[in-house]
Amino acid sequence: MGAAHSASEEVRELEGKTGFSSDQIEQLHRRFKQLSGDQPTIRKENFNNVPDLELNPIRSKIVRAFFDNRNLRKGSSGLADEINFEDFLTIMSYFRPIDTTMDEEQVQLCRKEKLRFLFHMYDSDSGGRITLEEYRNVVEELLSGNPHIEKESARSIADGAMMEAASVCVGQMEPDQVYEGITFDDFLKSRKNPNVRAQLTSKEADGGGSVLRSGSHLRGHHDLAGHRHRDQDARPLP
Amino acid sequence: MEPAGPGLRGQAPLLLLLLLQAAGPAGARAETLLDAPRARGTSSIPPSPASVVAPGTTPFEESRLPVFTLDYPHVQIPFEITLWILLASLAKIGFHLYHKLPTIVPESCLLIMVGILLGGIIFGVDEKSPPAMKTDVFFLYLLPPIVLDAGYFMPTRPFFENIGTIFCLISAVDPVAVLAVFENIHVNEQLYILVFGESLLNDAVTVVLYNLFKSFCQMKTIETVDVFAGIANFFVVGIGGVLIGIFLGFIAAFTTRFTHNIRVIEPLFVFLYSYLSYITAEMFHLSGIMAITACAMTMNKYVEENVSQKSYTTIKYFMKMLSSVSETLIFIFMGVSTVGKNHEWNWAFVCFTLAFCLIWRALGVFVLTQVINWFRTIPLTFKDQFIIAYGGLRGAICFALVFLLPSSVFPRKKLFITAAIVVIFFTVFILGITIRPLVEFLDVKRSNKKQQAVSEEIHCRFFDHVKTGIEDVCGHWGHNFWRDKFKKFDDKYLRKLLIRENQPKSSIVSLYKKLEIKHAIEMAETGMISTVPSFASLNDCREEKVRKLTPGEMDEIREILSRNLYQIRQRTLSYNRHNLTADTSERQAKEILIRRRHSLRESIRKDSSLNREHRASTSTSRYLSLPKNTKLPEKLQKKKNVSNAGGNSSDSDLEAGPRCSTCSLGPDASCQNSSRRKPPRPIKWSGRTRWTWIPGRINPAAPQLPTVKRGPPRPRVCSASPSFPKATLAPCGVTVSTKASNPSRPPGWSEGPRNLETGRVDLGARSLNGNGQSRPGGTGPAQLWRVT
Repeated sequence: MGAAHSASEEVRELEGKTGFSSDQIEQLHRRFKQLSGDQPTIRKENFNNVPDLELNPIRSKIVRAFFDNRNLRKGSSGLADEINFEDFLTIMSYFRPIDTTMDEEQVQLCRKEKLRFLFHMYDSDSGGRITLEEYRNVVEELLSGNPHIEKESARSIADGAMMEAASVCVGQMEPDQVYEGITFDDFLKSRKNPNVRAQLTSKEADGGGSVLRSGSHLRGHHDLAGHRHRDQDARPLP
Repeated sequence: MEPAGPGLRGQAPLLLLLLLQAAGPAGARAETLLDAPRARGTSSIPPSPASVVAPGTTPFEESRLPVFTLDYPHVQIPFEITLWILLASLAKIGFHLYHKLPTIVPESCLLIMVGILLGGIIFGVDEKSPPAMKTDVFFLYLLPPIVLDAGYFMPTRPFFENIGTIFCLISAVDPVAVLAVFENIHVNEQLYILVFGESLLNDAVTVVLYNLFKSFCQMKTIETVDVFAGIANFFVVGIGGVLIGIFLGFIAAFTTRFTHNIRVIEPLFVFLYSYLSYITAEMFHLSGIMAITACAMTMNKYVEENVSQKSYTTIKYFMKMLSSVSETLIFIFMGVSTVGKNHEWNWAFVCFTLAFCLIWRALGVFVLTQVINWFRTIPLTFKDQFIIAYGGLRGAICFALVFLLPSSVFPRKKLFITAAIVVIFFTVFILGITIRPLVEFLDVKRSNKKQQAVSEEIHCRFFDHVKTGIEDVCGHWGHNFWRDKFKKFDDKYLRKLLIRENQPKSSIVSLYKKLEIKHAIEMAETGMISTVPSFASLNDCREEKVRKLTPGEMDEIREILSRNLYQIRQRTLSYNRHNLTADTSERQAKEILIRRRHSLRESIRKDSSLNREHRASTSTSRYLSLPKNTKLPEKLQKKKNVSNAGGNSSDSDLEAGPRCSTCSLGPDASCQNSSRRKPPRPIKWSGRTRWTWIPGRINPAAPQLPTVKRGPPRPRVCSASPSFPKATLAPCGVTVSTKASNPSRPPGWSEGPRNLETGRVDLGARSLNGNGQSRPGGTGPAQLWRVT
């Protein structure tokens, strides 16, 4: 598998599976080899070699996503120990732009896939729900860059956000009713709700637009979030 | 061009002193200032002292002791230089008195206008041709500081990531003018770095091409060989400059390796070596700007680690000061020299020059960026191209060069001057003023933040980080490769050679201490930066489970998020010639400090929470009296304290400052403290035995304990009643239990130091971490004094 780029057939096969062009595959393969140190598979430790990633507050979640069986379409839970190049491509393919030639249904499907990937990052225990604990965890990690933010404040932010999600998804709740967590449907719902899906202002994210900068011309990963039409205005474009 | 006679000279100083604002005579003197280096050097020697000295002041032959003498020529040059700089600085102050002005009109325009005004006065008073900005002064004294500053503070990484594009873009725009305008309008990082890099590097082009064409003009015939020689010359000049710069930069870094015993002159080396590189390059007719840029970029990383913190600050401030003054002077002189008789107006020539300049710029940018877009992963959009083209301002370099034209070769030099001035003024004024609205207009898609929900904000940030992370995983292969290679080489050889080993650990501690003191003072002076928001809203919304958040609460939460969510890398550049913006490391360090301060404060508040009644804000008491809810209080308790600290920060800080100085922190005080602090600690930290409290360590002499830090809250403790609030303790216990329940959760701290960009503070923070001086997530007092 590691020599996929040399065998054109294999490349073609990968093209079909992941939708990448052969150029992109080659590019990614080079990167893959660089990451793995010329090994056929990547393990978690290999990601330590990415210096830029070190600064990422949700680094562990990102790395984890690469090994998540759900994302690799290999199972409903658990983590893989190592991934090969095809798996790597599979993960990367989540970040491919939505093809302009696709019809509406495909686009919807594609978006859903992308959102599912994101959902899996939140839902770390594969429970099918983003529980409060998981949500807090995410917020804490996000805020971890700022040492002067208390963990408790991160929690209450998460709590607030959770309640917001609850109110969006469930509507009015009884006082004793317990909202167990955001299911994927809720997740989709909250992304679709026009109120919630307000526009993004992220000037600071400007220029962070292109995921695959390695010359592979894979842009438009902003579609990952799924709301393409509205957010193209709102999200920072490369 | 020579100054007025002795009589006027004699009066001048008095006039100068009295009429500084009018500045007419001062302006007249500028002539001499500008002419000075040349005039002194060559023929026109100023009148001998005897004839200059004001009559009656110094009896020459009879040597009676004079009571009062006036010897203006003696001090003339420095006097005038000082006055000019003073004037420039005052003008700057003047602009900034009115806040909105600099945002509407670029400062460069205002300065030029002041210059024109002065020039007009000089022209009217003296009826002499006003001083021209002499190229010697400009190139040897005014330009280097600006370039040095820009090079030193150049964000290296984006620069090298875009270097290919930058090289493609280079054309003869002016670094001074462009930077002056672009640093005011906040365009995105990539655009900025393109313009920034372009304007820096284009000196090689401008000056070289200028010399090239000048010599072509002087030649009778131009052969093909000359053209090739010209091209070769171009590369020699550029690359030669860079090599000289790099060489001297390394030497500078190497020198600072040995300066630890003579800290005082450390900053000097930075300036001397960079200036030396500039001068040396100029001596060989290489590009001085390239040299000084390369020198600054080479040395800054190593120098920064070698010199002491004080020297480092000095370097930064001095650099900013020099460049700021230079820039101001350049613009004023430009204005001054504009007014005069050296003009020749020709509508056709001027208009065509202007038109061609603009068209050429636009054409160059659009065509070249189209080409480079094939190779770029993130292509430059039309908007970017437009802004780059629009930002092609001409400025002082152009101005200086046009005055440098030899009249013998160019008999109609005046026409050239006029045309150049028109182009400069058009670009600086019209383009410079309109570029900001234009950028804003093109960026209209700034959406309404008000509607954003909290979860959405979190989601988006999360998503941004995912994007960035994936981006990093994919990597920019080519760059990464070379960067990694260089990093390895750097670690292996260069750093060993250039950076002093055995950096004493204590220096980190001392740096930290200094920072702490500095910030403590700063905070006391300004009122604390409100880093900790109020959490009232959050608590409220938690309480009534499903209540919709009110807009106010939403704003608050959003505020917290937007201010505190870790940003994906540093997207906005912090370069500004006039302000020394705290760089990332400093900011991070500050955060650590603030954070520490808060935790300390909070812990003390907790201890002394009973005596809060004499200052109790409404929110505080409200929460204290809250009925015990299952989940809320433990959070509340803390939050309240935090918000307390934040909300009342300004006054408490202000009052704390003086009090701190009066209240002596004797050993008994600390004992009191310790006894008072003890009770909550065992509960909070029962699971962590390594966090132990040793009263002895609280002694101000202990190195890790900056007294100023502890100072402010202390008095409150001193006055606290010894009894302990049971109510506060119980929630603490709850907190601990929750904490203990997930010990696997990584402490948020671990991310903190990693964010620090430079090794310096990174190191510091890590060591702090190692010493366990600060540990987020924990709020007890014990966290500050961990015994290792």
